[in-house]
Amino acid sequence: MAHTRDTILPKLMELIEPLNRKAITLTADTSFASDLELDSLTVMDLVANIEDEYDIILPMNLLPELETIGQLADAVAKIVNG
Amino acid sequence: MGDLFDKFDPIIAEKAALLATGVNDPFNLVMEKVHSPTEATVNGRETILVGTYNYMGMTFDPDVIAAGKEALDQYGAGTTGSRVLNGTYQGHREVEEALKDFYGTSHAMVFSTGYQANLGLMATMAARGEYIILDADSHASIYDGCAMGNADIVRFRHNSVEDLDKRLGRLPAEAGKLVVLEGVYSMLGDIAPLKEMVAVAKKHGAMVVVDEAHGMGFFGPNGRGVYEAAGVEADVDFVVGTFSKSVGTVGGFVVSNHPKFEVLRLVCRPYVFTASLPPSVVATAATSIRKLKHAHNKRQHLWENSRKLHSGLKAKGFKIATETAESAIIAVLMPGQEACARMWSALIELGVYVNMARPPATPAGMFLLRCSLCAEHRVEQVDIIIDRFVQAAEIAGIPLD
Repeated sequence: MAHTRDTILPKLMELIEPLNRKAITLTADTSFASDLELDSLTVMDLVANIEDEYDIILPMNLLPELETIGQLADAVAKIVNG
Repeated sequence: MGDLFDKFDPIIAEKAALLATGVNDPFNLVMEKVHSPTEATVNGRETILVGTYNYMGMTFDPDVIAAGKEALDQYGAGTTGSRVLNGTYQGHREVEEALKDFYGTSHAMVFSTGYQANLGLMATMAARGEYIILDADSHASIYDGCAMGNADIVRFRHNSVEDLDKRLGRLPAEAGKLVVLEGVYSMLGDIAPLKEMVAVAKKHGAMVVVDEAHGMGFFGPNGRGVYEAAGVEADVDFVVGTFSKSVGTVGGFVVSNHPKFEVLRLVCRPYVFTASLPPSVVATAATSIRKLKHAHNKRQHLWENSRKLHSGLKAKGFKIATETAESAIIAVLMPGQEACARMWSALIELGVYVNMARPPATPAGMFLLRCSLCAEHRVEQVDIIIDRFVQAAEIAGIPLD
């Protein structure tokens, strides 16, 4: 099955949910820094888990541009289908 | 109008709250007098130093000091110039010769600090479309060098051979790759499984750099580092190191056998756009490196000290980051920031200096009291350090097992 933004987004939310310590409602617009307040070590673990889920590489230098879960889903879709 | 300093308010508040508990400031200590590699006066008190990375105790070696004084007299206080312009003196050449001899390599390049050596190598060696693959627990200088360059940066889980293999396998086979490893990881004092990691890197066609900042002087038959002890010298493309630990002064270097290595002197910005080391510094470094090559007894005593401190603290109920003494760094785990600062402060009052380390420098949010042993520590000093750790734990209310 091809991965699209619509299949990737719920999977990302599933991976992010354990890190959602403030128990906010996750949407495509949820921001990693200001809404989830993830520290760099948590982000590192999350990135590694996403990489392993899709068997891809998500280069570290790409991360500063990805502010929301939706943007991350787009980036993953692009890499998976690229 | 916004004050640009406002973004640091959380850090300012955190520090103020910590100091309000009455502890000494762990990040604002002054060594008033330094008597030897292992003793100083701090807050007017005679203090045993066990947090200086001065592994081989070369800072007060009489030959090293004499070489520095002579160079100061003959060549002056500083070079006032870049290595590629007026800043390469006879001494810079000589310390590079000493490094080539110590490491058995055909090339050596000296930078003004170890930080700049990593900054320069990472930023220069991998360009756009190429990859740097680094351990998640890499030193800040490695991360900063990656941020300065244009390569794609890929992290693997700390010391995981499997994770490195998996991530290398996902990269385009034809792309240039640099795998960055450290012999000793300085926060926890654990060593890398270099034999396995270097084999995996080579299987995927990557070049390999090993940072031996905390391994030089006492790992391997010639004291070259963990990579020598692991027997992987032939497969390591670059070794990065520093003069500010076992060598006992300041400066950084890269050694290599690559036939095109010398081009780095022209393209590596942290090498070109800064002043070179003062003549006295390179003279002390060259003398120290030549002596380190033959310092077999010192090496052996350093290992004895490290094992003694590890087993001694463990027996008293302290939690140590490594199961055994893997290096000359013994990292004692503390339950949290306040407890860590109280314990550090109590140790200073008792006359023992260790490093306090905390996130983001430490992995996994750990708070550590990091001891680094010296070959010049006497056995009795190690006993005193262990006794004072126990006293400090009682004062600071740290539970022991």
